[in-house]
Amino acid sequence: MALKFEVLGRFNRARAAQLTLPHYLCQTPLFMPVGTQGTIKGLTKNQLEEIGCQIILGNTYHLALRPTSELIDELGGLHKFMNWPRALLTDSGGFQMVSLLHLADITEKGVTFQSPVDGKPMLLTPEESIQIQNRIGADIIMALDDVVRTTITGPRIEEAMYRTLRWIDRCIAGIYVSEVWLNVICLGIYAIGGLAGGEDKDSFWRVVAQCTAALPEDKPRYVMGVGYPLDIVVCSALGADMYDCVYPTRTARFGTALVPEGVLKLKHQAMANDIRPIDPMCECMVCKNYTRAYIHCLVTKDAMGSQLLSYHNLYYMMKLSRDLHSSIVEGRFPEFVCKFLQTMFPKGDVPEWVCNAMEVAGIDISSCCREMRFDVDKSSTL
Amino acid sequence: MKFAVKKGWSNGRARSGVLQLGSCPFPIQTPALLLTTRKGLPPFTSPDLLTSSLPSPDSHLLQFSPLHFLEGISPKTISNIGGLHQMLSLHQHIFAAVPRDSIIALPEHDSTNKYGASFQTPGGRLLIKPAEYVELVSSMKPDFWVTLADEVPAWVSNKRNRTSVDRTLRWLDDCLSLNKESTTIFGSIVGGSSIEERHRCAQEVAQRNVSGYWIGGFGLGESMDERAALLTAVTDNLPEDMPRHVSGLGLPEEVLQGVAAGIDLFDSTYVYHLTLGGFALTFPLERNKGENADYQLSDSGGDGMKINLKATVYRKDTSPIVESCICFTCQNHTKAYLNHLFNVHEMLAQTLLEIHNTHHYLGFFCSIRKAIEEGKFEQFRRNFVESRRDRLFAAASSA
Repeated sequence: MALKFEVLGRFNRARAAQLTLPHYLCQTPLFMPVGTQGTIKGLTKNQLEEIGCQIILGNTYHLALRPTSELIDELGGLHKFMNWPRALLTDSGGFQMVSLLHLADITEKGVTFQSPVDGKPMLLTPEESIQIQNRIGADIIMALDDVVRTTITGPRIEEAMYRTLRWIDRCIAGIYVSEVWLNVICLGIYAIGGLAGGEDKDSFWRVVAQCTAALPEDKPRYVMGVGYPLDIVVCSALGADMYDCVYPTRTARFGTALVPEGVLKLKHQAMANDIRPIDPMCECMVCKNYTRAYIHCLVTKDAMGSQLLSYHNLYYMMKLSRDLHSSIVEGRFPEFVCKFLQTMFPKGDVPEWVCNAMEVAGIDISSCCREMRFDVDKSSTL
Repeated sequence: MKFAVKKGWSNGRARSGVLQLGSCPFPIQTPALLLTTRKGLPPFTSPDLLTSSLPSPDSHLLQFSPLHFLEGISPKTISNIGGLHQMLSLHQHIFAAVPRDSIIALPEHDSTNKYGASFQTPGGRLLIKPAEYVELVSSMKPDFWVTLADEVPAWVSNKRNRTSVDRTLRWLDDCLSLNKESTTIFGSIVGGSSIEERHRCAQEVAQRNVSGYWIGGFGLGESMDERAALLTAVTDNLPEDMPRHVSGLGLPEEVLQGVAAGIDLFDSTYVYHLTLGGFALTFPLERNKGENADYQLSDSGGDGMKINLKATVYRKDTSPIVESCICFTCQNHTKAYLNHLFNVHEMLAQTLLEIHNTHHYLGFFCSIRKAIEEGKFEQFRRNFVESRRDRLFAAASSA
């Protein structure tokens, strides 16, 4: 099957497309839930299909540790191991190594680190990363990048950029499975993969905008680690197509639900007597059947609370993905963006970075912003 | 509620029956298993999976403790929502309210006094008085509920045991008089490990205007050997055509003992504990397969009844837990995947395992009913117990 990326609709920089992968026909923009260790917290494959998940991300570092890429390969690949019929994406393993391991060090050869199993020094090269990912067998695999913190300045950044380029060439040379597609990360000053690590939003959107402007149109742009709904809408307006983040499932475990207005903290005492559903407009199994009061009594005390909230939060993210895709295809993307912002910021207090980003994206959100009028009429209660 | 013993189907005291309760449109065949829940839902199986992946109507009987709800949601809010069925969106399920739950509402006989029953819960020690209990229950509107009891373990003094019977009877009468709506009530019978007290309590409760009987005070330290006589001391004094429900008899052999004594409904935490420990039930459900079963060797951590999915021998095992099992887990996943999930402490492990174990245990109850209807219950029971002993022996001797 030919791997294809076909743009079906546009609005300025934003695109809606069809991404054909060996295991599934996907529609972008799309959000990919993170199934770190070959599973999404407590949800079965049937539930994930019901929710509308198209691609799930697996963490190469964790899977290589347990149950090991060799075992996954022997048992027929990760799809078969998990019994996930749709698409899978694996990352290179580099990010976890740098962020999780104390003594990780990056040299031209690769990432050297202490094995978490026995403390022995180990080396992850670009070639080895590709081999591990090949054994796991995802539809999309990632080149090993020289990950630097976004807060760093100076010559290290340039070094990282050129090294990543050299590593990508080594990765490409290392591929021997024809059906796998090497995803090209942004080659600007920061890798699009180096974000979501604490930088401020103003820098964040500028980097994404710069990258999407520089990258070829005919391939998807994947912004790693981006998960807040607002960020996804902005990045999609700027021309990004794919996202992944642990946020929806992680925040579920802390009792927080994603809603059009922002978030709902189910732990709060106010929820104890609230007999409305989490989101009256949401069509998911949780919102159609359960009240905030009941979920409140479950969260943080019973595993079922996390399960139900994870289900809802992922449903919300997949619905957002579907809405982004269809609104672009149907030529009503600006209206969708405005409605999204109005619901999230009913007082018109849309953050400045969003306004700036939307200006670059060529989307008129003046109907959502009341910033201009604040100075004029200070006495009115917003 | 309607309950009828199927005449002509009895084997000694074991009987086959049919239970019909308001919410559930399908009749429930007994002896039957009530599934353990936390706040009304199974510990790990979400409600959509409960209805889609477990057999119907077998999996429609759910046991819960009203005490689970004491911290977190008020009776008033539960009433506003419309009761348990509405709150949990399980309109065709049968909810049975039992105060004691062997995991998070353990009876504390030392702290129970004349005012109320004491329970040890994650939120601390709670003293529940009959009036509070009835208020809780009426806000929840379960299909049937069990009256407040003073359960004591097997080793208490005779005096304490007698007190527990007196108290339980008094609280039964309190619950009956406080009960404003016409709800289905099961009278609680205790008596510890004294045949006389069991006898006395059963006779007293049999005279009250209740719809069924709940037998408590088991699974609290008595041995299986002394339990048989205690069970029959109760059931022999109860009218035949009323349902008998017991808590705390969890293991298959204990269930068989209960069935043999004339019990119709069982709730237990067996499946929950197995699931937590990573154990999957594998014992054959069809009797003729039992004789020829290969005995599992001890390195698999199994004993012919169950296997330990955490054992390394399953790392690469691409077969389902039980080949012939039609549950969601066996139809979709392998032992290798479950082994991995347990080793990395992922929640999905327990969800998948609870589905399989529940499915399997419900299958066991189905076999029991079939054996009774074929008039072969005693033989079924004997075969089961003997083959289990043989397997344990084989596993131990090959170690």
